[in-house]
Amino acid sequence: MKKVPDSHGRFGPYGGRYVPETLMPALLELEQEYAAARKDRGFRQELAYYLKQYVGRPTSLYLASRLTKKLGGAKIYLKREDLCHTGAHKINNAIGQVLLAMRMKKPRIIAETGAGQHGVATATAAAMFGLECEIYMGTEDMQRQALNVFRMRLLGAKVTGVDAGSRTLKDAISEAMRDWTTNVRTTHYILGSVLGAHPYPMMIRDFQAIIGQEARKQILAAEGKLPDYLVACVGGGSNSIGLFHAFLGDKKVKMIGVEAGGTGIESGKHAARFFGGKPGVLQGTMTYLLQDEDGQINLTHSVSAGLDYAAVGPEHSLYHDLKRVQYTYATDDEALAAFDLLATVEGIVPALESAHAIAEVVKLAPKLKKSNVIIANLSGRGDKDVQQVARMRGVTL
Amino acid sequence: MTGRIESTFQRLGQANKKALIAYLMAGDPTLADTERLVVEIEQAGADIIELGVPFSDPIADGPVIQLAAERGLRSGTSLRKILAMMKSLRTRTQVPIVLMVYYNSIHAMGVETFCREAGAAGVDGLIVPDMPPDEAGPLKGPAAAAGLRLIFLLAPTSTPERREYVAKESQGFLYYVSLTGITGAKIQNMAEVGKNVGKIKKVTKTPVAVGFGVSTPEDAATVSAMADGVIVGSAIVKQIAAHQQSSDMPEKVGRFVASLKTAMNQLA
Repeated sequence: MKKVPDSHGRFGPYGGRYVPETLMPALLELEQEYAAARKDRGFRQELAYYLKQYVGRPTSLYLASRLTKKLGGAKIYLKREDLCHTGAHKINNAIGQVLLAMRMKKPRIIAETGAGQHGVATATAAAMFGLECEIYMGTEDMQRQALNVFRMRLLGAKVTGVDAGSRTLKDAISEAMRDWTTNVRTTHYILGSVLGAHPYPMMIRDFQAIIGQEARKQILAAEGKLPDYLVACVGGGSNSIGLFHAFLGDKKVKMIGVEAGGTGIESGKHAARFFGGKPGVLQGTMTYLLQDEDGQINLTHSVSAGLDYAAVGPEHSLYHDLKRVQYTYATDDEALAAFDLLATVEGIVPALESAHAIAEVVKLAPKLKKSNVIIANLSGRGDKDVQQVARMRGVTL
Repeated sequence: MTGRIESTFQRLGQANKKALIAYLMAGDPTLADTERLVVEIEQAGADIIELGVPFSDPIADGPVIQLAAERGLRSGTSLRKILAMMKSLRTRTQVPIVLMVYYNSIHAMGVETFCREAGAAGVDGLIVPDMPPDEAGPLKGPAAAAGLRLIFLLAPTSTPERREYVAKESQGFLYYVSLTGITGAKIQNMAEVGKNVGKIKKVTKTPVAVGFGVSTPEDAATVSAMADGVIVGSAIVKQIAAHQQSSDMPEKVGRFVASLKTAMNQLA
């Protein structure tokens, strides 16, 4: 496969740089600085050091033998990103970008967050390096993820609620972009997923690609062969692209991206961009979007705040069109059932986002032979979701 | 070909005057109001009208214009309805009208269809705030064929290379964003605005208009001494919001626009 993106940040027809002129110089500077950092051994060593000593990488590739037995088909491995410091893969990118911000001598960090995992990861990295940090979060998400809001504040970050639109991730990104436009001279914007204008989708993919690089080595050591399937949830799509990337050249490895099916595609209350979305431009990038006939962005719904977004990363749009990755969805109910299943069978409470990937494994594994191997990305842990799930079940804590 | 925008700047230039470019959000509070407002503020002294197309996620806009966009969407405004209104408006006025429209609205309608219909409806130019000239390739041909000027923006952060590039690409006029920020913020440093406009004037003969953060007659007067045009948006939109309930809302907004124009003329 051809290397993407091209020098204009294009993944086929997707991607690009659709931003106000005020941000263009900052994006060009970031692109240059990132290209220089990538070639700089010192930078790579520093990043590797923090990923190992601070984040706790490599994360394990765990054979979920009771789940495998219960589903009665393919062998299931879980890539344990939930074991990263702060509880999700988001920290891989946050550390990388904070190191870049320091190279660019930007003392202030901003970020958006949906589920709060990226906000927590960014607040954590900013605290460790002593940078000022402000996190934008939709007020609807602040309610759903109250625990993470408090965590970010404990870490010294300022959390600013966004009360516009659907009051979720999309609106938090718009507000963060407005802050960046205003404070671009002193501020670096740490976008949390493979979204936005070039170079973000490429850079964040690169920072997350370590997931697949490790998993590829680990599965070869454990099984002596490559997996048959990779499964990961897709919100913006950083954990999935992170897992998939090292395997893209392995033609026999099938990949499944799981979007948020909400209360079902027919209900219209979902965030499955490849089921009803079409290409358009949102927040800096050309990609599949949930929008109406006039190009107004639709409100989305998912039980999982981290998947509740109207656009998907542009690289996913390309792989969708090329059919390199198969996209499907899991509904809220399927994700909640998978959440319970993994907790009781494996003693792992997954993030509701990651539970969407597990829901797909539940459907897929029984259809495969026992000699088949699936790797599912357990992108985050579910501690942040415990309160919400309790509330949904009428349990007062 | 000389269009309405070029003749306006020529006419004003010969009289040693500056252009007042007034921004309205289409459909705020209704499209019928917008039609009345355009006529009213032209009579009050606006030389060019910038018509905002409401979009659900306006990343370049501050709270005042975001709320106006929400009101526009609530009144059922769409790009197609705006173009239909424009046709009726063109029987009443020949004031140059440019659309400020986020790219997704154009993309959803189809670039070619949109340009053809906008040209036919009497639109003179486009400001696409989330499309720098680097991404404008697909828009250029269809826009030119329909006689639409593509107006690009420069910002205080623009480097000398970008200044030259964007100045070369911009048609009709160049939109200089007076501040590092979003619409409706306050200009902090007027001297810097003058300095940067001077730098742009060195690389282009295209008229330069200054917008974002011009909110009072005094601001308008100060900025008009530095540039070929002054763009006032949020301050006008605030007037519309404040007088929404009164039957003579367009006249009241007209009086505010007249006060801007008077201040600009006094300085000239």
